[in-house]
Amino acid sequence: MTSPRDIHSYLAEFDDIPGTRVFTAKRARQGYKLNQFAMSLMKAENRERWKADERAYLKEWKLTPEQEEALLARDYNKLLDLGGNIYFMAKVFSTDGKSFLQAVSTMSGMSLEEYQAMMLAGGRSPEGVRSIREKK
Amino acid sequence: MARITAGVASSHIPALGVASDLDKTGEEYWKPAFAGYEWTKAWEAEQKPDVVVLVYNDHASAFDMRIIPTFAIGCAEEFQPADEGWGPRQVPVVQGHPDLAWHIAQSCILDEFDMTIINEMDVDHGLTVPLSMMFGKPDAWPCRVIPLAVNVVTYPPPSGNRCWALGEAIARAVASFPEDLNVQVWGTGGMSHQLQGPRAGLINKEWDNRFLDRLIGDSDALRHIPHIEYLRETGSEGIEMVMWLIMRGALGRETRCLHRHYHVPASNTAVGHIVLEPVGGDGPQVPDSDTIEANSPAAQGMIG
Repeated sequence: MTSPRDIHSYLAEFDDIPGTRVFTAKRARQGYKLNQFAMSLMKAENRERWKADERAYLKEWKLTPEQEEALLARDYNKLLDLGGNIYFMAKVFSTDGKSFLQAVSTMSGMSLEEYQAMMLAGGRSPEGVRSIREKK
Repeated sequence: MARITAGVASSHIPALGVASDLDKTGEEYWKPAFAGYEWTKAWEAEQKPDVVVLVYNDHASAFDMRIIPTFAIGCAEEFQPADEGWGPRQVPVVQGHPDLAWHIAQSCILDEFDMTIINEMDVDHGLTVPLSMMFGKPDAWPCRVIPLAVNVVTYPPPSGNRCWALGEAIARAVASFPEDLNVQVWGTGGMSHQLQGPRAGLINKEWDNRFLDRLIGDSDALRHIPHIEYLRETGSEGIEMVMWLIMRGALGRETRCLHRHYHVPASNTAVGHIVLEPVGGDGPQVPDSDTIEANSPAAQGMIG
């Protein structure tokens, strides 16, 4: 048996990982329309409509004002907080012509160059970023 | 009878697919990542598997938030490469094996795994990148492929233990398929990576390599790793490694390592790859099902 018997303790641990938003049922529910909006950008005609007038296209999706503003600002950390999932948000940055590396680096507080250099040097060490509670 | 002859695990990094498609594999940045697959390409050319059961996760391509199956098996004749937002990859159409896929689906359901059956879907980089890594750029993929999609995006994903046990059920299903087929099981995705948030870019080489170590031999310790450990130690998307445990479970009690490769970085992630074969008998040594239906000759007769 791998799974904990208590779902509340299972979920609570996800809040203890520094700088990480786990896509829990709560976030999936909160972000349903946001993620389905992003999914619509898999169709070329929708990408064209979005690029022509982002605000007008967003109106069709009945998102919260916060979600709309975070989308227009391409604030991916905020979007994850508001129920977005990275694989869905990828449709937004792909439409912008950005790679995963470019988009992900904007969430890390580093410049693209700094982020790339960190990856080339072996990536971010797990030391000190495993747990908020234990700071180890 | 069909038999599982080997297991392959590999990361399925989209940037590797792009590098392959644009013939950039010889560039300094990509060369070390691709070099670790040369052995496998030559080996696969000799092995000539008839069918690969390819365990992967869909990345909001075939499945969006409307439907989230935990385990879904592709039973279609063929699967087109998905348009992930910049047009479909220019790779061959994936040819399925509906007879074996349906057989695995019904065997697993009798074995108490609630499989979702998919008769139409496109397959994204999660499935097509491993094919490129193992087979290069042929005009047609050299074998049939049964896609087995696992939800590792919306929580909770299946436990490692459940994945391992599903692998065992797949091995039982394959062993009871009457046609003589050389079958491989591939587990894809995985190794350290975090694609989101301020902790993005996490890489834990020690943990990854210990995971690779423990796929070899007769330990089943990996099936007991809880989700939280993958997340803390290997980043939020490191959870994809549970999919490798379906491959490992399908190889049975003991495995031997034929080839192993690890490299950092490729885009945001570590590249992990291993080739294993089952040890100790004619095919994987897996326990009998503990369900009456799956053990019953009468029930098995119904699905033969």
